[in-house]
Amino acid sequence: MSLNRRDFLKNSAAVAAAGAVGIAVPQEAQAAAAKAESKWRWDKAACRFCGTGCGIMLATKNGRIVAVKGDPAAPVNRGLNCIKGYFNAKIMYGADRLKTPLLRMNDKGEFDKKGKFKAVSWERAFDEMEVHIKKALKHAGPEGVGIFASGQYTVMEGYAAQKMMKAGFRSNAIDPNARHCMASAVVGFYQTFGIDEPSGCYDDIELTDTIVSWGSNMAEMHPILWSRVTDRKLSNPDRVKVVNISTYRHRTSDLADIEIIFSPNTDLTLWNYIAREIVMRDDAEKIIDWDFVKEHMVFAAGPVNIGFGMRREGEKSLKDGKYSKLEMETVSKEMKTIVSEKEAPALAPYGYKAGDEMKHTAGTLKHWEISFEDYKKSLEPYTLEYTAKTTKGDPNEDIEVYKKKLQALANLYIQKGRKVVSFWTMGMNQHTRGTWVNTLAYNVHFMLNKQAKPGSGAFSLTGQPSACGTAREVGTFCHRLPADMMVKNPKHRKIAEKGWGIPNGTLNPVGNQHIMKIHRDIEDGVIKFAWVNVCNPYQDSAAASHWIKAAREMDNFIVTSDGYPGISAKVSDLVLPSAMIYEKWGAYGNAERRTQHWRQQVLPVGDAMSDTWQWVELSKRFTVGDLWGEYTLRNKKKLPNVIKDAKKLGYTKDTTMYDILFANKKAKSYKIDMKKFPQKGYDNSECLGDSRNVKGSDGKVFKGYGFMIHEYLFEEYASFGRGHAHDLAPFETYHKVRGLKWPVVDGKETQWRFNVKYDPYAAKAAKEGGTKDFAFYGGLAKALAQGDLKGIKDKNKKSLKNKAKIYARPYMDPPEMPDEKYDTWLCTGRVLEHWHSGTMTMRVPELFRAVPEALCYMHPGDAKKKGFKQGGLIWVDSRRGKVKARVETRGRNRVPQGLVFVPWFDEKVFINKVCLDATCPMSKQTDFKKCAVKLYKA
Amino acid sequence: MAHSNSRRNFMATSVQSVGLAALGGMLWSGYTDSVKASPLVLRPPGALQEKDFLAACIKCGLCAEACVNRDTNVDKETGKQRPSTLQMAKGGDPLLIGTPFFIPTEVPCYMCEDIPCVPVCPSGALDMPSLLNEKEELDINKATMGLAVVHKESCIAFWGIQCDACYRACPLLDVAITLEYQKNERTGKHAFLLPVVQDHACTGCGLCEQACVTEEPAIFVLPNDIAKGKAGDHYVKGWDKKDQERVADAKGQETTTDRSSKDAGDYLNMEVEY
Repeated sequence: MSLNRRDFLKNSAAVAAAGAVGIAVPQEAQAAAAKAESKWRWDKAACRFCGTGCGIMLATKNGRIVAVKGDPAAPVNRGLNCIKGYFNAKIMYGADRLKTPLLRMNDKGEFDKKGKFKAVSWERAFDEMEVHIKKALKHAGPEGVGIFASGQYTVMEGYAAQKMMKAGFRSNAIDPNARHCMASAVVGFYQTFGIDEPSGCYDDIELTDTIVSWGSNMAEMHPILWSRVTDRKLSNPDRVKVVNISTYRHRTSDLADIEIIFSPNTDLTLWNYIAREIVMRDDAEKIIDWDFVKEHMVFAAGPVNIGFGMRREGEKSLKDGKYSKLEMETVSKEMKTIVSEKEAPALAPYGYKAGDEMKHTAGTLKHWEISFEDYKKSLEPYTLEYTAKTTKGDPNEDIEVYKKKLQALANLYIQKGRKVVSFWTMGMNQHTRGTWVNTLAYNVHFMLNKQAKPGSGAFSLTGQPSACGTAREVGTFCHRLPADMMVKNPKHRKIAEKGWGIPNGTLNPVGNQHIMKIHRDIEDGVIKFAWVNVCNPYQDSAAASHWIKAAREMDNFIVTSDGYPGISAKVSDLVLPSAMIYEKWGAYGNAERRTQHWRQQVLPVGDAMSDTWQWVELSKRFTVGDLWGEYTLRNKKKLPNVIKDAKKLGYTKDTTMYDILFANKKAKSYKIDMKKFPQKGYDNSECLGDSRNVKGSDGKVFKGYGFMIHEYLFEEYASFGRGHAHDLAPFETYHKVRGLKWPVVDGKETQWRFNVKYDPYAAKAAKEGGTKDFAFYGGLAKALAQGDLKGIKDKNKKSLKNKAKIYARPYMDPPEMPDEKYDTWLCTGRVLEHWHSGTMTMRVPELFRAVPEALCYMHPGDAKKKGFKQGGLIWVDSRRGKVKARVETRGRNRVPQGLVFVPWFDEKVFINKVCLDATCPMSKQTDFKKCAVKLYKA
Repeated sequence: MAHSNSRRNFMATSVQSVGLAALGGMLWSGYTDSVKASPLVLRPPGALQEKDFLAACIKCGLCAEACVNRDTNVDKETGKQRPSTLQMAKGGDPLLIGTPFFIPTEVPCYMCEDIPCVPVCPSGALDMPSLLNEKEELDINKATMGLAVVHKESCIAFWGIQCDACYRACPLLDVAITLEYQKNERTGKHAFLLPVVQDHACTGCGLCEQACVTEEPAIFVLPNDIAKGKAGDHYVKGWDKKDQERVADAKGQETTTDRSSKDAGDYLNMEVEY
């Protein structure tokens, strides 16, 4: 029977949809669909892009991916995508895919930093890496080797990298670009709950009455979730309210009932205002759920003079004069600031007044318990007057109108019986007080008992596809180990060492080299080897000129592994071709804790190999003798010589890290079985080699490891979390289902954590601890000293088992604000059409055509005042650098006067040269949203 | 096939040009009637109705020059001028040779606020007064170069895909293209965000057509008289107070059909077998 196109599409869609919902499809229709697609192989996968984590299906034919469809069976998106996901089939086929390793060489074929890139073999590439890593280790020990890791690593890649770095090189200088993305949210979770990741899930959208978006352009950045928010609003337009809180108008405002444009950094004030309304009106209106608060909450505070994460006095590059006088105007604020008129009222409860000098110490996570009375005192300044005056972001908005909006916002939260979900992404996380503002969100939800229950909760949205699944859960951070363990906790180190089969004392307890510190350590000459994996740090880090100069001009060796050449590759010394997402078995974990797996669909192009393979091959070059001797760290702490202990475990000086970490007995027990699901019928380049016959790290054709390394890496990693509230299902299960939200206990996923009704861990903890309804069972920092807003008064630590924390956190100014010289706020961000640094989406012709360049979004009044024309070119210039950009006064982002917005996807509008590398001093996450620029015609 | 057609066109228009030169300007207006100008051509902002435009345009090229040389048209990297929106029709284009036009998928009109192409037109083929607002200022939003039309079946937003690239590219965002929200009953928890062109505001600049991510744009600009119908002047929307303005030219006119074409007397007196 022949089918025309319309019938084919109808049949396939019907069968796919019906299959998903469990409806029986007539045999004829099924056969028809099968026949039409008989030359195509469909398989499920996760979308390459954002943290929403849509499920897709890919069609392969003749070894190439030819089509993609949204997976109708995926609960997140039910067959839909946004236009980035729509092009998943095209992203791997840009003409300039990296196909061979490339090394900068002189005419004699020697490595030369000033040389041009020429193709080399994998063997040569690993030879160079081995030489330079050994050189770096000799120069500065494990702290001299740095890895730019990624929230776009698959779980297997991230785990392999972490193992080799921490167990092999004993280095904690591995930190992901998720540091730029979610670190403030993570530390917010740790400080509040004692454990990472959201309590709720996307189902909250369909159940809630109120969606408040804080510093998050959901319409463009989480389009499928926005689609769900929109549907929720349509289901009950009068009851359901949508609020958009942002420093400028963007497309999320289109659906909003209330739009609040606030002045940069003052989200701290807005949250405190809402909290004040709750607390001050409580006596009269009985707003606070005191039963809940008394049983489950404590109040806490921490120091406020914690700096801004910038370079501190005495650091080598400052002493060497690498920072200009102009830059130092801002950097010097790291050591001390003068309390401003704007922040003085907020800081008064902490003992400061306007004009006081505040000396800043480097930020720590220190905090202590305080009384409710002290918490109440900290809220006093945030009256409607003070809040409106200091937070109103649009100079042209009538303040009385603005005040009404603030009151309406507070009332939406407060209204009894009204479910509320607060969403946020980069606005609250990329913030010099990002950790604080994250905790302030939970404050409000906790006092109202609107957290960790269906339809109610503060929900931190993740940006990257696997910042949760890989970076956070696997722990590819400088301070982390798998499953929320920490390098500085000796008990955790022991657990990891046991699980990894390495001697006690191997792991390095000092983990402070986060991404900005890795950049700064390269600039200081400490790190001499750095490797970029699945990210673009030389385009995505603020004050970019510093890091590029350090990479190009100093004595170091920078390696970039990527699918396409971007800025990071360009400033590197060695570039390695990486297999892209569907060219390897992999797994991602999205924002709602849903872990999703996929199989290798096609062979990588050219000689590209996966990052897993690259790390495993690297491990063959290093032995126990190379890496496990004694080291003295910068802080004078010693890493002990564990070679003798290694011998007790049956290793010799010459045993390679490969044998210990990757090709050990446990690993080999995971067999290749091409006759069984899920391996049957699918390529597996790392395990079997493939028909390209790539010459590997030893110069010989790579024939595969001979065991199922993907399953091994996943299962070993999962073993750390099972039984510890991070339970993952077995590897094979994930190939059958459309992802599962962890903890997966007895085959059931968990929708609402900490809630006794939905979370088996909460049920267990509540029973043991004698609490009802909730148990905030996270274990980090759950014993606190006592004090008041100004400090600790009683050092004796009290246990907070099963409790969470409500924090007193004041408003504070950011380190750089507009002044006479640099009179405009610069905010940066993204557009829907492009992902991150554009290395993939700018190579898709349709997406490139839709948005070919990054624009400078500006208010038409400002453009007129400064004499700029719509579409004209201007310089956007800060103390750190300048870029040329085209003025847009009519675009998708309508900014208030005094602020401009520039997205960062375009390497030709390299806005991170302009941005300031101030971070939240607690989370170390860069504040890309605030710095001061001057604008003039180009 | 395409190749020989364009060759044929080229020969035809070349001959036409030669013929024109020979016959001189006197026959110009007669000539414009017969040339097979494509009805789908998009003209610069302020252009008169096509018939009048063709009569008025002296093909001096000043508008296209002003477009390519405008100071906002500089390439960020090279410092050179980028390709022009306005092109002058060459032999082989299915248009009257020498007249200015643009193709949105090549270079759309960027809706310059100072409309450099219009004030330089010496013949009034680009009618500046039509682009002045109440304050007598140049207002590019008053241009009526064409109308964007959405073909629902090829527009992926109508499939439920979250797109709206056209909406975000439109210089009259939320005015000329708005979003209509509809529940997606198939999934039960998502919504359609559908782009809708508001024809009173659309200028026909084509930025939407350029941005559209489908293989052939699902939103495209057509000349106004091709894109629009007309409801008729005799009926007013009772629920819309302003609708009466639409039918300001209404007349009460006598009509004729087959049935009413005969004089009443002739009809009555005609012999017919029933």
